[in-house]
Amino acid sequence: MPKLIKNRAIVEDDFVLVTTIEEGADAPEGNVILPVQYYLDNRDALASRDNVAVWLESDQPAELLNDIHQEVAFIAVNFPKFADGRGYSYARLIRERMNYTGELRAIGDVLLDQLHFMARCGFDSFAVREDTDIEEALTGFEAFRYSYQAANDNPSPLFRKRLG
Amino acid sequence: MYVYDEYDHAIIQDRVKQYRDQTRRYFEGKLSEEEFLPLRLQNGLYVQRMAPMLRVAVPYGMLASKQIRKLAEIARKYDKGYAHFSTRQNLQFNWPELADVPDILQELADVEMHAVQTSGNCIRNTTTDQFAGVCTGEVEDPRPYCEIIRQWSTFHPEFAFLPRKFKIAVNANTESDRSATDVHDISLHLVKNAEGKTGFRVVVGGGLGRTPIIGSAIRDYLPAEDLLTYLEAIIRVYNQKGNRLNKYKARIKILVKALTPAKFAELVEEEWSHIKDSDSKLTPELLEKMKSYFTEPAYEALEDNSPEFEAKLAESKGFANWVNRNVAQHKKPGYAIATLSIKRPGHAPGDVTDVQLDKIADLADQYSFGEARTTHEQNIVLADVKKSDLFAVWEAAKEAGFATPNLGLLTDMICCPGGDYCALANAKSIPVADEIMRRFDDLDYLHDLGDLDLNISGCMNACGHHHVGNIGILGVDKKGEEFYQISLGGDSGKLNTTAIGKILGPSFKRDEVVDVLDKILNIYVENRQEDELFIDTFKRIGMEVFKERVYAKAN
Ligand code: HEM
Ligand code: SF4
Repeated sequence: MPKLIKNRAIVEDDFVLVTTIEEGADAPEGNVILPVQYYLDNRDALASRDNVAVWLESDQPAELLNDIHQEVAFIAVNFPKFADGRGYSYARLIRERMNYTGELRAIGDVLLDQLHFMARCGFDSFAVREDTDIEEALTGFEAFRYSYQAANDNPSPLFRKRLG
Repeated sequence: MYVYDEYDHAIIQDRVKQYRDQTRRYFEGKLSEEEFLPLRLQNGLYVQRMAPMLRVAVPYGMLASKQIRKLAEIARKYDKGYAHFSTRQNLQFNWPELADVPDILQELADVEMHAVQTSGNCIRNTTTDQFAGVCTGEVEDPRPYCEIIRQWSTFHPEFAFLPRKFKIAVNANTESDRSATDVHDISLHLVKNAEGKTGFRVVVGGGLGRTPIIGSAIRDYLPAEDLLTYLEAIIRVYNQKGNRLNKYKARIKILVKALTPAKFAELVEEEWSHIKDSDSKLTPELLEKMKSYFTEPAYEALEDNSPEFEAKLAESKGFANWVNRNVAQHKKPGYAIATLSIKRPGHAPGDVTDVQLDKIADLADQYSFGEARTTHEQNIVLADVKKSDLFAVWEAAKEAGFATPNLGLLTDMICCPGGDYCALANAKSIPVADEIMRRFDDLDYLHDLGDLDLNISGCMNACGHHHVGNIGILGVDKKGEEFYQISLGGDSGKLNTTAIGKILGPSFKRDEVVDVLDKILNIYVENRQEDELFIDTFKRIGMEVFKERVYAKAN
């Protein structure tokens, strides 16, 4: 089973990412992460399952999750390329605007050097890219001891701390 | 000047450590070229035609003398004894070894410097008026706000992978605009409201490059306390909606234009309404604290008139010329702002040697409270010189080769590195600058021409700001051959007059450029009225006159 970093530990990933589903086709059985639009289109049929997560593509607005984040197993946000930084803003909106407290997973082109930023924006689980050394990737969270600005991990910017 | 505390030190030290590790992983083959690219770019490291180029951040242009000495040392030890001032107030080294960069960053960190966010698709070094805090006509000193923005934008986790690089400039002067503010992604103009409270007029969507655009105001007054939350709202909207498919359409200027400024403003206000009262709202205590870093140095109480100074002025025409051109009015009686011109034939505009850097540091220590500033026009400023010391400064500067009395004149040109260094260039630009400097070396003529911005870029990326030069020269490629396109009428020096130049017509070969320039100047001289500047004559008589004469068939 592929591995995953969750809450700063390496764990087995027991969900299967479903990248495409034909229109009208049934969702696969088992633990699945479905495209968010498919979930929205088949919400009634899927509502009874508790093993369905959804993933958001980077060109889809986070608002698609507004009504459903409470009923899905978790939310994943795709980074089709590490240089595509939309997912960072989505994470903050999902956490801070929707008050989502469940698992928020980064998937796709997830690399060591992005983990610190992703964690600060609210991701707590990371399906690092297959060719990444996952043990070494854990060091990515320790890049910086302090941060100047507020983010999801700490709503209070450093200047407040400095002012005492 | 801002001084690091334990947190700033820790953040920059951690960065050096992180980059050392990234460099190690790259050399071990654990990071591909493609993955290493944005990481090195976030550390200001380009790979150029000759070698890597390292761009060092000079936040809002401020340098302490010990920092300048360190830059000189780095130029000697890791480069070829040169450094280069850029139009974004930063400094570039053109010859460092990839493997040495972690050590260079460590040496920089030792003097509270870094190369953070000088490149890559993140919020870049914030720029401002090089005369901030010492000039007349200022609403308030913009530097505390620049430092607040610097800290907030440093490693901003949400904005490290924007669609494109992102530049913010702050202007506080009601009489001039020395940082080409309105051609930035966000430009902030300090203003006071009816109650006398400080705030900002917020302008977004300016930029040069392939599609030059002057920014649009989306808010006439933003209270100073709301600075960071509002910036966050703007950039969050841009991060989500900016074009990521085509890098030429990825700048915020394209988004603002496509949506219209009004619609863009609406999206920003909506976003902002959710975060405006968060802990990122600035407190009066923080504003006071930041201002305390930029308080006045220990000025002496002086008469404005210095008899020694007046005597030297009368005695030496050379000195008087220099004062006339390179020295600006200071807000304190008896003090002056002296600009050292880094422009001279045989050297690329903005190039300084290690020896010159050391000299600048000495002058700063001796005459200007140990500080100097870089300018977007690629010069160096000693901001707090006693008038009675100006003669000594001039003599020392002359000896070191940076006392050319040409500030604001034709030969004080902005010029990018072009084809000599830059892998993106269509044409060389340094040799063009050099030819111009050699041809127009008659100072009396240059002074007679008066204020005139000439800007040169080697390609449409516009690093040399050619669009906003009164005269702009742009290197273009025609079937593999170098050509130069000339534009007229660009402007960036004053408030609300920012303009993008218009293209004169078909481009020229390199050996024609100087003659064409000569014709353009002659047309101006023949047509000007009394003290009219080039830009004003151009506006009055229009492009056609220039076009006809320049392209007239010789017969
Ligand atoms: C040799 C190394 C350099 C490279 C590879 C380089 C590359 C670029 C590129 C690709 C752009 C265009 C980005 C866009 O679409 O806006 C750009 C813009 C710019 N560069 Fe450079 N550049 C270099 C050196 C410099 C230097 C030496 C300066 C200053 C003298 C400079 C100042 C600027 C400025 C101010 C812009 C912004 C134009 C705007 O407002 O859009 N660059 N550079
Ligand atoms: S304008 Fe073009 S040639 Fe000049 S430095 Fe920029 S990218 Fe290079």
